[in-house]
Amino acid sequence: MTYKLKEELNKKERFAQGHRLCAGCGAGVAVSAVLRALDEEDKAVVSNATSCLEVSTFIYPDTAYEDSYIHSAFENAAAMTGGVETAYRVLKKRGKIDENFKFICFGGDGGTYDIGLQSLSGAMERGHDMVYVCYDNEAYMNTGIQRSSATPRFADATTTPVGTKSYGKIQNKKDLTAIIAAHGVPYVAQTTMLGNFRDIHEKAHRAIYTEGPCFLNVLAPCPRGWRYGMDDLAEICRLAVDTCVWPLYEVVNGKWHLTYEPRTKLPVSDFLEKQGRFAHMFRPGNEWMIDEAQQYVDEKWENLKARCE
Amino acid sequence: MRDRMSGNEAVAFAMKQIDPDVMGAFPITPSTEIPQYFSKYIADGEVHTEFVAVESEHSAMSTCIGASAAGARAITATSSAGLAYMWELLYVAASSRLPIVMAVVNRALTGPININNDHSDSMGCRDSGWIQIYAENNQEVYDNYIQAMPVAEHCRLPIMICQDGFITSHAVENIELLEDEQVRSFVGEYDPEHYLLKKDEPLAVGPYGISPYYMEIKKGQAEAMKESRTRIYEVAEAFAKISGRSYGMIEEYMMDDADFAVVLIGSSAGTAKAAAHGLREAGIKAGVIKVRVFRPFPWEELRKALRGVKAVAVMDKSEGFSGWGGPLFAETRAALYDLEESARPLLQSLVYGLGGRDVTVSTFEAIYEDLARTAEAGTVEHIYRHVGVRGDEEGIQG
Ligand SMILES: Cc1ncc(C[n+]2csc(CCOP(=O)(O)OP(=O)(O)O)c2C)c(N)n1
Ligand code: SF4
Ligand SMILES: [Mg+2]
Repeated sequence: MTYKLKEELNKKERFAQGHRLCAGCGAGVAVSAVLRALDEEDKAVVSNATSCLEVSTFIYPDTAYEDSYIHSAFENAAAMTGGVETAYRVLKKRGKIDENFKFICFGGDGGTYDIGLQSLSGAMERGHDMVYVCYDNEAYMNTGIQRSSATPRFADATTTPVGTKSYGKIQNKKDLTAIIAAHGVPYVAQTTMLGNFRDIHEKAHRAIYTEGPCFLNVLAPCPRGWRYGMDDLAEICRLAVDTCVWPLYEVVNGKWHLTYEPRTKLPVSDFLEKQGRFAHMFRPGNEWMIDEAQQYVDEKWENLKARCE
Repeated sequence: MRDRMSGNEAVAFAMKQIDPDVMGAFPITPSTEIPQYFSKYIADGEVHTEFVAVESEHSAMSTCIGASAAGARAITATSSAGLAYMWELLYVAASSRLPIVMAVVNRALTGPININNDHSDSMGCRDSGWIQIYAENNQEVYDNYIQAMPVAEHCRLPIMICQDGFITSHAVENIELLEDEQVRSFVGEYDPEHYLLKKDEPLAVGPYGISPYYMEIKKGQAEAMKESRTRIYEVAEAFAKISGRSYGMIEEYMMDDADFAVVLIGSSAGTAKAAAHGLREAGIKAGVIKVRVFRPFPWEELRKALRGVKAVAVMDKSEGFSGWGGPLFAETRAALYDLEESARPLLQSLVYGLGGRDVTVSTFEAIYEDLARTAEAGTVEHIYRHVGVRGDEEGIQG
């Protein structure tokens, strides 16, 4: 099956326009790209953790989802989705339903790396046949850009503000994709929205149609929190990937594969300089910040390459 | 069918007879045996339920929410810290109108940690929008469990079926069980109108409910709770027909002509009845009111039953920390407010049995004696007291 964006776009949208996400928000683009990977004949139950996405896409009485949808709290989306999936198996076994459903859960980085990590870990370990998609915008955006464990070092967030005694966030980003891969689930991947969306499409399709618990970590830039122009989503995603800040890879049955290697690895500063949250790193005297950020990315990248076959 | 079982086994047995779709549960003393018994039924092919052995009670309730919204009959069981850990989601289950059935084996809340019985766990979440039914003994908890789904599914409200930790959950007693067939036809099939997996009808559950809609949703829940009393009576009546055992919102014991009464919940009612019975032989008109259904609150029944009683102790097995008595006391007192003064009993709050503190027949005798003195004096000296606390001079010892 060859991927053609045009054909994909001709499919009926499962994620309707008219939601209340900010213009240029990466989250909505990620959701519609993932849902496009569903085969048209399949039904789905989409679920959410409380987040920007949730409060902007199901505001009573309007829902942006064509499929069935459920949200209940911030930290429990994986367990809740596991409950839906379990009900599906039982009701099917008991002959009460006959259609095929897929279960796709979206949570932000806060709801996934942080408060919902236990719930996610449990659901992955138990083996529910579902896809958990983290749309990672690297902070708690819904409550006003507070740091999460996905926020990168040096970022200026509202709970790690830059000040005379502070250079922004102290800690590096948690490597959640590797943590979920360590659960031994059949499919884990990192992706984002690039060019013709082939990467996210193929990974989402594979995740949805691999039996068992699968995990996608999607870098989903937030123009408001990252402070860049709302038209620049594609460029920001491209820079994240080409600087190796956000490498694209997948872990299939425990085997790690790079799915993209930049022809020329760009300096991290190319990515950082586009965003207001890193502006202080470019002030005179703060060159060490950029150096350390570069060093960190290089190390992670080398480790990742060594791990991949 | 006669048998002998503990309260936990009785609940697990009722679950088996019902054969629900999904159970999500996590171990915590003293409710742990329920998922254990149930897992064994599954292992032996006696039920077809999917058991989800979650990593926490938070996920147990989340599993139930997902499963119930998807159209399945979903159950769980817990106690104490486990129930507290579910707190946030109890409100979600209720507002999403999901008829989840939870077996609660009441245990003290931690602070300090204690595994024994009191009602602080379920009393703490009394305002979460769940129906709450309490049992005095094994037979009652079994009977209440069988009635749970017909009540909850009709009202589209979640329900807690509570029993006292260890006292009821672990004590083996004689019990009269219904036949499987009787239970299945009594409980019936779960056939919700709307659910996530319904063919050709997608459903969205759990919206962001902005101010112009939020209150309507809450009022809907409140109405359902108010109306649930009718359903509770209907189901009890139907249950009496197949079992010969009758239930209401409250149970009155020797209340027809009582001068003195205690109002309480759960297993201590048995002890109170024994004390009242003994005092009756000595010519003292003692009575007992056992509150079976705490949510919705049986205010009409209590007002009727307590009318004209001289002095009443309302006994809470939980500290409400209101500084003025426990929750059962506060609500009972409110229920009596519009009785005319001559019919309004002298009322006091007694907090008892916390963390498994024993109460015996002689404790109740001391309470009734105290009520007699109160009636004699015509006034309540201490409105809010504790029972059996060492060195507590205002309190009741016995
Ligand atoms: C238990 C709980 N704690 C806190 C909140 C408040 N809250 C709602 S969304 C949110 C942040 C969401 O961050 P993330 O998951 O990264 O999603 P984003 O909004 O960034 O897309 C927080 C803190 C909540 N709803 N529930
Ligand atoms: S704040 Fe950021 S994540 Fe939230 S809707 Fe706006 S752009 Fe999207
Ligand atoms: Mg976020």
